[in-house]
Amino acid sequence: MLSFEPYGNPTYFALLGVALLPLMIGLLYGKRSRLYETLISVFFLLLTFGGPKWTQGVALIIYILYEVALTWGYAVYRRQKNSGPIFYLMVILAIIPLTIVKVTPAVDHGQASLIGFLGVSYLTFRAVQTMMETRDGTLKNYSLMTFLQFMLFFPTISSGPIDRYRRFEKDYRSVPSREKYLGMIQKGVRYIFVGFLYKFILAYYFGTMLMPKLAIMAMHSRGGFLDLSWPVLGYMYAYSADLFFDFAGYSLFAVGTSYIMGIETPMNFNQPWKSPNIKDFWNRWHITLSFWFRDFIYMRLVFWFMKHRVFKKPTTTANVTYIINMLIMGFWHGVTWYYITYGLFHGVALVVNDAWLRYKKKHRASIPHNGFTQAFAIFLTANMVCFSFLIFSGFLDKIWFTK
Amino acid sequence: MDIKETVLNILNDLTGNDVSGVMDDNLFDSGLLDSMGSVQLLLQLQSELGINVPVSEFERSEWDTPNKIISKAESLA
Repeated sequence: MLSFEPYGNPTYFALLGVALLPLMIGLLYGKRSRLYETLISVFFLLLTFGGPKWTQGVALIIYILYEVALTWGYAVYRRQKNSGPIFYLMVILAIIPLTIVKVTPAVDHGQASLIGFLGVSYLTFRAVQTMMETRDGTLKNYSLMTFLQFMLFFPTISSGPIDRYRRFEKDYRSVPSREKYLGMIQKGVRYIFVGFLYKFILAYYFGTMLMPKLAIMAMHSRGGFLDLSWPVLGYMYAYSADLFFDFAGYSLFAVGTSYIMGIETPMNFNQPWKSPNIKDFWNRWHITLSFWFRDFIYMRLVFWFMKHRVFKKPTTTANVTYIINMLIMGFWHGVTWYYITYGLFHGVALVVNDAWLRYKKKHRASIPHNGFTQAFAIFLTANMVCFSFLIFSGFLDKIWFTK
Repeated sequence: MDIKETVLNILNDLTGNDVSGVMDDNLFDSGLLDSMGSVQLLLQLQSELGINVPVSEFERSEWDTPNKIISKAESLA
């Protein structure tokens, strides 16, 4: 049986084009066929999780049944009662599978967990968010079928962007006007073509052509201070470029395909390399993930800390929460020293950034602000980010700890 | 004190600026508010006006200018 990485090769795109055509004609005539959408979803899910990867498919089915039971059960419970401990218990239960998947390789010599599958973290984000909004009472009409469609929406299942239940439902329950939909098709097609440029040309150049060469050179140049050398610096930039073009390219495919299906999945990147500071960077890089962390971890923790007056000063609250938030993000990437250091690095960077912004606000008159300082800020931010990606890449682990 | 005045006081306090002259300016773009400030705003609304806003109700684009925040507070009071 055929098996594909999502958006991995021309055949996948050809199949996608053929499958989407009837759906597009339907939407142009104001019709959304649930049956047809479900059929092509199942077809593309089979392409990703079937054939040689059938064990992942089984893991996906069991996982989905488990999360449906939890969110549905909690929604039914929440209509009657609202106890804190029950809510926390449900959230813990919802993230247990992801935790097992992330911890297994660290304790089992790099072995992947049997219950893992491509996209498990992105689905967990969607399930937990559904539960939290149910608790808040902002999500009142939980529907099992909508939740399933939301979780299994094939364009974004493997790596996001992470949509929100209520936003998804609004698009899913309606059909855009013909005029609007034509605009969406135009955007969707453009996104997909920019995605081709990013993923199959630029990411290929940086990731497949350049990076392995620089890696070999860097390994040969070990011996100096911390085994660092010019090729390591080159690797840092090449890796950062590859990471960006690969993931932004994928995200453009996912968003473009969603648009063609009449769903306005949110964008994941917004010119991150022109951020003047780290805080702004996180508003532009992997946006749906950082906003998920902002809304469901950072703001909730801050709210809790402030309500219970855990810290005296608001700045302490903000700083402690930055570190916790980014450490969780680090752990989420995987339980290795470099992912956790990466999280800590960004937590500290946010703390320093905030202190600087406060200082700047106070001394507005005496700090120059012009084209040069702006360019310098952008340069500094981009280099800090690239350095954090060097940590993230695990390449330091390789040059320091392999023979 | 009416709601508008209370909200303006809270915002002036939080941002350290007088926002009454920039009622339609985006407070997030100008760096006067951030996630931390948003949470403080929600807590102040709760303690001073008795308005309960869960965090997931806080859709940033609906709360990004002084005018929008005032009309949100008025609709929830």
